[in-house]
Amino acid sequence: MIVQLLISSLVIGSIYALLALAMSITYKASEVPNFAQGEMAMVSTFITFVLLSTYNFPFYAAILGSIIFAFILGVLLEFVFLRRAKNPNPLSYIIITIGFQLMLYGLAAWKWGSEQQQINLPFSESKVIYQNDAFAVTELNLATIVIALIVLFIVYLLIQKTKLGLAMKACQQNVNAAKMNGISANFIMLVSFGISSVVGAIAGILIAPIITLDPSMMWDPLLKGFAAAVLGGMKSLWGVVLGGFLLGIIENFFGFYISIEFKSVVAFLIIVIVLYFRPSGIFDKHYVRKV
Amino acid sequence: MGYFEVQGLCKSFGGLKAVDNLTFSVEEKEIFAIIGPNGAGKSTLFNCINGLYKPERGSIKFRGKELIGMRSDQIANYGIARTFQNIELFSHMTTLDNIMLGRHKAMKSSVFSVMGLSFKKSKAAKEELVHRRKVEEIIDFLELESYRMQYVANLPYGKQKLVELGRALALEPDILLLDEPAAGLTQEEKDEMIFWIRDIRKLLGITVIFIEHNMQMVKKISDRILAINFGKKLTEGLPAEVLDHPEVIRAYLGEVVD
Repeated sequence: MIVQLLISSLVIGSIYALLALAMSITYKASEVPNFAQGEMAMVSTFITFVLLSTYNFPFYAAILGSIIFAFILGVLLEFVFLRRAKNPNPLSYIIITIGFQLMLYGLAAWKWGSEQQQINLPFSESKVIYQNDAFAVTELNLATIVIALIVLFIVYLLIQKTKLGLAMKACQQNVNAAKMNGISANFIMLVSFGISSVVGAIAGILIAPIITLDPSMMWDPLLKGFAAAVLGGMKSLWGVVLGGFLLGIIENFFGFYISIEFKSVVAFLIIVIVLYFRPSGIFDKHYVRKV
Repeated sequence: MGYFEVQGLCKSFGGLKAVDNLTFSVEEKEIFAIIGPNGAGKSTLFNCINGLYKPERGSIKFRGKELIGMRSDQIANYGIARTFQNIELFSHMTTLDNIMLGRHKAMKSSVFSVMGLSFKKSKAAKEELVHRRKVEEIIDFLELESYRMQYVANLPYGKQKLVELGRALALEPDILLLDEPAAGLTQEEKDEMIFWIRDIRKLLGITVIFIEHNMQMVKKISDRILAINFGKKLTEGLPAEVLDHPEVIRAYLGEVVD
C-alpha cells in the first residue's frame, strides 16, 4: 500500500511541482505571485481540448498549439496589463493578476460553460503497465511523471545553461545593474511570463484527465502549487520543485492514514508552520545582506 | 560637434533642482573628473546620462546621437558603461559570471544558445570561447585571478569594486562612467585604482568620466575637471585652475568669515 500511495503522491506531486515552478519563475522576475496562473493554465487546457475534439488535431499538434497559446497569454498579461501600471508596487500588480484571473474565468465560463468535459489524452487511466500484488502503475501515472520530469529538466537547462537564463538571474538579483550591462529588463520580464505560463499550461493539461475539465478546475491545484512554492522557498527553483513533490507525499499519506476529510487542509497547515519556522522556505538559502 | 556633449540639462525632484541647466563637453580619450560637495547632483547627472532618470530639459549627445529617450540597456549597448557609488553587483554569482554578464550584448547567438553543452564546433561554442577569452583578459588585467570562482558577496569591498569595474570593461565601452571609484578603498587600493584608470585610457583607449571626492586622485589623473554645486556649474577647466578656483574652495570649505 505504501508503494501505491507513493506512486499517486508522485503523480500529483509532479503537477504541484510544475505549478510551483511556474509561480516561482514569475515571482523571481517580478516579486509578484501571479494569481492568474491557474486560470491561464485552465484556458490553455481548454485550447488543447478544443483543438483535439472540435478541430480533430493530432495530439502532439494540439499540445504544441496550446503551448504557443500559453506563451502568448503570458506575454499578453505582462505586456498589456502589468507593464501599463503606473508607479506600480507589488500590491497593484497582485490586484492586476487577480483581475486577469477573473477575466479569464468569466471568458471560459461563457465560452465553454461550467459543465465538466472529458479531455482525451493518448495515455489511458485503465491501461496498466506494471502490476504486482502490492501496487499497479497505469499508463497515465507514468506519462504524467515522465512528462513533468522532462519539462522540469528543460526549464533547468533554460535557466542554468543558457544566456537567457543568466540574464534572468541578473535581472532578479539587480535590475539596474542588468540594464547597465545592456540587458533589456522588459524583454526578460516578457519571456519570464511566457515561460511560466507554458509550464503552468502543461500542469493543467496533465491534471485535466485526473480531475476533469471545467473553468474552476485549477483553483485547488493552484493553491496547492502555491503552498508547495512557499514550502520550498518561492525563490529557489530546486526548492519549489522538491516542495511540490513533498506536498504531494504529505497530502496523500495524511489523507490515507489520518483523515481523508482534512486532506486538502493539510497544505495550508504546512504553509502556516513553514512561515512560522522558516519564512523563506525549507530549501531556500537565506541570504542576509551585509550592511 | 564634440565627442560627448551635455547641453542645458535639467532634472528636478519635486521642488529640488538636482541638475540645473548644466552644459559641458568631454573629448575623446579624455579623463574627465566631476567634483562637488555632497548633494551637488553628480550622481543624478550620471543617472541621467545612462537613462535611469529622465531629465526634464536639455540634451545629452554622444557621437552626435541624442541619448535622452533611449532605454538604459540601449545606452549601454551604444557604448556607455558605468559603475555605481554603492557597488551594484549580482552578489549571488561568481566573479566570472558577473564579468561574463558584461559580454551579454556582444554574444550574438540566440538567447537560447546553451552554454557549456553546445557542440565543440558549433558557432555558439566558438563564440563563447571568444568571450571567455575576453573575460579572462579582463580578469588578468585587474589581477582578479584568485577570485574567479568566488561569490562576489564574499569578496572584500575593494575587490568588489574591481569586479564591478571589470564588468563595465567587459562591455567594451567607449565611455566609462565611474561613480566614486576610490570611495571606501584603502590608501594602497586607491593608488592601484589610479594606475588602473590611467591604463584603461592608455591601453584600452576608453574615455573616462568620473565622480570623486578624493582631490589627490582627481589632481593626479584628470585632464579636465567640472565642478558643480546645487546642480549648477561652478567652473570647468584644467585641474590647477579648478582646484584653486575661489568658488570651488568656498563650496567645499564654506564662506570665509573675517
